[in-house]
Amino acid sequence: MAENALVVNDLKKVYKNGTEALKGVSLTVPAGDFFALLGPNGAGKTTIIGIVTGLVNKTSGTAEVFGYDIDKKPEQAKAQIGLVGQELNFNPFEKPLDIVTNQGGYYGIPRSIARPRAEQLLKDLGLGEKMMGRAMELSGGMKRRLMIARALVHKPRFLVLDEPTAGVDVELRRGMWDYLRKLTSEGLTILLTTHYLEEAEQLAKHVAIISKGQIVANGTMSDILAMHDEEAAAKSGYKGGKLEEVFIRLTSEK
Amino acid sequence: MTTYQKWIAFYTMIRKDIVRMFRIWVQTFLPSVITSTLYFLVFGTVLGSRIGDMQGVDYMTFVVPGLVMLAVVTTSYANTSFMFFTSKFFARSIDEILVSPTPPWLLIAGFVSGGIVRGLLVGLLVLLVSLFFTGLTLTIHSALVIFGFAFLTALVFALAGLVNGIYAKTIDGINIVPTFFLTPLVYLGGIFYSVHSLPDWWQAITYANPLFYLINGFRYGFLGITDVALSTSVLILLVMVVILVAINWYFIRTGLGLKQ
Ligand SMILES: Nc1ncnc2c1ncn2[C@@H]1O[C@H](COP(=O)(O)OP(=O)(O)O)[C@@H](O)[C@H]1O
Ligand SMILES: [Mg+2]
Repeated sequence: MAENALVVNDLKKVYKNGTEALKGVSLTVPAGDFFALLGPNGAGKTTIIGIVTGLVNKTSGTAEVFGYDIDKKPEQAKAQIGLVGQELNFNPFEKPLDIVTNQGGYYGIPRSIARPRAEQLLKDLGLGEKMMGRAMELSGGMKRRLMIARALVHKPRFLVLDEPTAGVDVELRRGMWDYLRKLTSEGLTILLTTHYLEEAEQLAKHVAIISKGQIVANGTMSDILAMHDEEAAAKSGYKGGKLEEVFIRLTSEK
Repeated sequence: MTTYQKWIAFYTMIRKDIVRMFRIWVQTFLPSVITSTLYFLVFGTVLGSRIGDMQGVDYMTFVVPGLVMLAVVTTSYANTSFMFFTSKFFARSIDEILVSPTPPWLLIAGFVSGGIVRGLLVGLLVLLVSLFFTGLTLTIHSALVIFGFAFLTALVFALAGLVNGIYAKTIDGINIVPTFFLTPLVYLGGIFYSVHSLPDWWQAITYANPLFYLINGFRYGFLGITDVALSTSVLILLVMVVILVAINWYFIRTGLGLKQ
């Protein structure tokens, strides 16, 4: 049986204020995959990621990361994952090099190893010049790349990115995609959420579309693109990409 | 995580906090040095000469242990409450630890140790400042009692500050307890006087103040004098340690109020 990076089964989440964010979500991300989780705002993407990475308590259901149950083996499960969250969540007064080095420390990596590794990652991500200044001095795209470096310092097998390209300009976005593509070619599994459907269409092997807390489509990119409805698109005068047409049709109100 | 990896995670947290406190020493160390200098000037030098002796020792010498304790209590409390509160609400950098394999108890240990370190360092600074007012003389009756009381008091108030940091929803929420409870309790806990010099009703109230026992135990370590038996002070201190460890253990079990 092929190894899976993530298996999520019947995940439900009701927030304290009563919001039903997930209504029974099941997903499988095969190891080595580039998996895109797509869905409109408020669909529940960040909630899924929060549960898998230990930031949100689930109401029910199970999740396994490389076979480690997040409840029974939280330390092992977390050690596999690198998270680039949707919101900026580093202390802006700290230096990028310290932020990335310390993150290695939280994963039990000694400073003598974490520091050179952090330096290399920051250089690879184009932050070599800026790593000794304060993080607040970075531009929006640089902050995002700092978070990618931080997520990679412990050499995770599974990188999770929640809207990593939101607010990043086109050129830098290309660079980021190239970098992620290089990482998958080296064997890293990637799960990401994004609003940029065209880019997802070019990069992702598997896609799941989530709407209002439920998965409405799930399969390989070609499966999903096969759902493209030429006639419906023509009728509504739609002229965008194929994936976009499927996405809009599946996630719009019935 | 292996034990070695846990040590590294712990070292990372404590190192980061210590680097921070030394970088902004003007905010973390200087204020206590300035206020204690003022206390020593006013109470020790100006008023002390008129007060004369207290329990058979020079007034300045009598006041020093209590003022050191005041610094330890307020500093260790402030450090953990502030650090926990800001890493939760300001930029939410606590997520860095939450997504890592570092278990919750270790996260707590990291925050609390930062509070203990700063509390003890500030206490030491205040003690050093006091030497300039006591003609560089320092009486030590029992180093073990001094260090034991300083360490456990710092632990208790670092843990208490953490509870405050967990509960606080606004920045004011971490200032209420120190302003309205902690500082008054320390001031009324016999820093400046022996309980025997108080009227009966005030004595009775003082005996209900846990800080009174800590200050007396600590003073005993220096001067060998105390208003209550040392064993009572030790007992109260240990009870406080147990209660606060239990409260924090409960928070660890229930997710520290950090997860939605
Ligand atoms: N902390 C929270 N408390 C209450 N409701 C929340 C919270 N976080 C998210 N939600 C709600 O849960 C739903 C899913 O949100 P989210 O997972 O952030 O969606 P997405 O990432 O797909 O935009 C939304 O309706 C959102 O308003
Ligand atoms: Mg989101």
